[in-house]
Amino acid sequence: MNNVFYVLLRRLRIPLITMILVYAFSILGFVLIPGMDDAGNIYHMDFFHAFYFVSFMGSTIGFGEIPYAFTDAQRMWTLVTIYATVIAWLYGIGTILALLQEPVFGRMLRRRSFAAKVNQMTEPFYLVCGYGVTGGIIVRKLAKRGIRSVVIDIDESCIDALEMDDLPFEVPGLSADASLPDVLDDGGLQHPKCVGILALTNRDQVNLSIAIASKLIRPERVVISRTEEDVTTANLLSFGTDLVVNPFRVYAEYLSLAAHAPYTHLVYDWLVNPYHRPLSSAYQKTKGRWIICGYGRFGQSLYREFNEEDVDLTVVDMNQPKNSDLPFLVIGKGTEALTLSEAGVEDAVGIVAGTDNDADNLSIIMTAREMNPKLVTVVRQNIHANKLVFQKSGTDFIMEPGRIIANRVLAHLKSPLLPVFIEQIQANDDVWAHTLLNRMNSVAQEEELDSWSVRVDEDNAPALLEAMAEGTEVTLRVLLKDPRDRMKKLAAFPLMLHREGDYDLLPGELDVLQPGDEILFCGRSKALHRMEWALINYNTLHYLLTGHEPTGNLLSRLLSRTDS
Amino acid sequence: MNREKVIFAFFIVLALTLNFGFFLGEIDNPDHHNVYEFFAAIVVSLICTLLKFGDRTHLGASMMATSLVADLQLVVAALIWGYAEQISGVGMTPSHMSSVVSLSGGALLANVISVILLMVETIMVRR
Repeated sequence: MNNVFYVLLRRLRIPLITMILVYAFSILGFVLIPGMDDAGNIYHMDFFHAFYFVSFMGSTIGFGEIPYAFTDAQRMWTLVTIYATVIAWLYGIGTILALLQEPVFGRMLRRRSFAAKVNQMTEPFYLVCGYGVTGGIIVRKLAKRGIRSVVIDIDESCIDALEMDDLPFEVPGLSADASLPDVLDDGGLQHPKCVGILALTNRDQVNLSIAIASKLIRPERVVISRTEEDVTTANLLSFGTDLVVNPFRVYAEYLSLAAHAPYTHLVYDWLVNPYHRPLSSAYQKTKGRWIICGYGRFGQSLYREFNEEDVDLTVVDMNQPKNSDLPFLVIGKGTEALTLSEAGVEDAVGIVAGTDNDADNLSIIMTAREMNPKLVTVVRQNIHANKLVFQKSGTDFIMEPGRIIANRVLAHLKSPLLPVFIEQIQANDDVWAHTLLNRMNSVAQEEELDSWSVRVDEDNAPALLEAMAEGTEVTLRVLLKDPRDRMKKLAAFPLMLHREGDYDLLPGELDVLQPGDEILFCGRSKALHRMEWALINYNTLHYLLTGHEPTGNLLSRLLSRTDS
Repeated sequence: MNREKVIFAFFIVLALTLNFGFFLGEIDNPDHHNVYEFFAAIVVSLICTLLKFGDRTHLGASMMATSLVADLQLVVAALIWGYAEQISGVGMTPSHMSSVVSLSGGALLANVISVILLMVETIMVRR
C-alpha cells in the first residue's frame, strides 16, 4: 500500500520541476550578470553565493544584498526572480494543499492507517462486515468480554457512529465495500489472529462473497453470515459457512416455541436475549388460533413453523399469494377492523403483525387489541429508529431483525456449546424447563443471564490441570465457589458437560472433572471473572479446595512440614 | 509519437551528455571542467529524478534509483567544489578538482545505466 506515496509524488512532479527550473534560471542569472565590489571592480558572483542569495530571496527571508551592494542590473534581475520564485512556491504549496483536501486522498490515507492498525493487532479479533444494528450490538458485547473486533461498513455514517461509540478499546473501522477481497484483506482476512468473519451486511450477495472469500483463504476459520433468502442460505451452507442466520426463520422458530412450550421458550429466551422476559409471561394463554398479517418472507416462515406444530392459522394479506394452498386466507391489509373481524380476531389467541411497514404493523396491533384485549401480540419492527414507539406500544413480542441476528450470533460466539444446549432442551418437556427456569431465576434475578464455557486444558485452565496432575480430585462444585470466600457460592450453575462426544445436561456438582472436559455455565457475567481465578491461579484453586492459603516460599513450606 | 516520452527520453539523455561533457578532460585540471556545464548537469539530473516520480513498475523503480545515485554524486561533488572555493581559503586545488571530477564520473556511470534501462524499456515495448 504505497498508493498514497505514489500519488503524492506524481502530483508534485510538475510543481517541483517548475521550482527547480525557476531556481536554476535565477541562479544562472546572478552568476552571469556582472556586479561591482566595494572597490569599484567588476566581479562575477559565483554559484555558491548565487544559490545562497536565491535561497533566502525565494523563501522571502531577505538578508540583503551580498556579498557587495547590487548594481542596477542585478537589482532588476532580483525583481524578476522574486516574483518568479514566490509564484513557484505558491504553486507547489497550493498543489499539496489541494491534494490533502481531496476526498480521494483522505480515503486513501484512512484506508492506509486502518490497514496498519489491523496489521498491528496482537490479540485474536473478529472481522465484522456491516456496522448497523446487528454489528453494533455484537461489537459492543464482544468488547465487554474483552474480545477485539475490526469493522468494515460501506456507509460512512456507520463508521462515524463507531468512532462515537463508547467502547473500552479502539475498534478500527473502514468505510468501504466489503464485497471486494482487497478491502477484506486490509481488514485482516489473511491476518493470523483473525479468528472469525461475521458477514452482517443487509445485502445477501455481499455476505455471500465475504463468506466465500474467507472460506477460500482459511477454510477452518469461523464464518457467520446473515441472510434473508432461502436460496442464499442453501448456497452459504454448501461451502461450509459455520452459521447462517435468517432472522425471519429464527424468529419464526422462537415464536412457535412460545406458542407450544412457554417454559422451554423462556429458557431459550433467557439464554439468548440480554433482556429476558419476566417469568409471569409464561402464564399467558398461547394455545389456539393465530392470525398472521402479511404473508411475505416473515409470514411464510412463520406459517411453515406454526403448521409443523399443528397450530390453527389465519393469514391476512393484501394480495392472493401465488401457488400456495392456504386453508384460510383473508384478503386485506389488516389495519381495518372489518378485515380483522373477518379473520376472526375475537376468538383468536394471538396476532402477528408481520408486514414490512412499521406504521401498518402498529396500526394492526392497536386495532386488534381494541377488538380483543386478551390477544397475544407480536409486531415486526423494520426500522431501528422506531424503537421508542414500539417499546411504548405494549406488545408482547417485538421482532426486530437486527437484534435477533445479533443475539443468535452472540450465542454462537459466547460458546459453541450454547446452540447444542438449546437444541437439547427442546427434546425435554415443559415441566423440566420450568424447574430449570426457576434455577436460572434464582441465580440471575433481575440481571442479565450470561453464559460461557470452560474447557479443561493447558490454555484455559492451567491450575486445574496442575491439581489433577497431583492427583487431587476436582469436582464441579469447586469451580462454583467464590474465590473471595469459599463458603459462598458464585451466581452461576453448570448447564451442560461435554466429555468425549457425550453431552450431559445439568451435571451434578459432585461430578469429577477430567482433562479435556468442556462445561457450559450460565449465571451473572461477574461470576465468569471470579471463576477464571480458580482456573488460572493455582493458589486460589488450592484455597478453594482446602480452605488454606497455600504456602509459597521455601521457609514456610519447611515450617508447615515440621508442624504436621 | 508520444510527447511525454520524447521529453522523458530527452532529459535522460541530456543528463548523460552533460555529465559526460563535464567529465571529459584531465582529471585535475580546472580549466578542462566548466562550472556552467556542471550546474546544468545537476539541474537536469534533478529534473530527471522528478520525471521518474510515481512510476510503480519494477523498471521505473530501478530508473528512479539510478537517478537518485546520480543526484547524490553530483550534489556531493558540488559541495566539495563549494568547500574548495569558499571555505578552504586556498581556492581550487588539483586534488579537490580531481575529487569533483571523479564523483561526477560516478554519476556518469549511473546515468549510463539509466539510459540503458530506457533503451531496454523501449525495446520491450516494440511499438
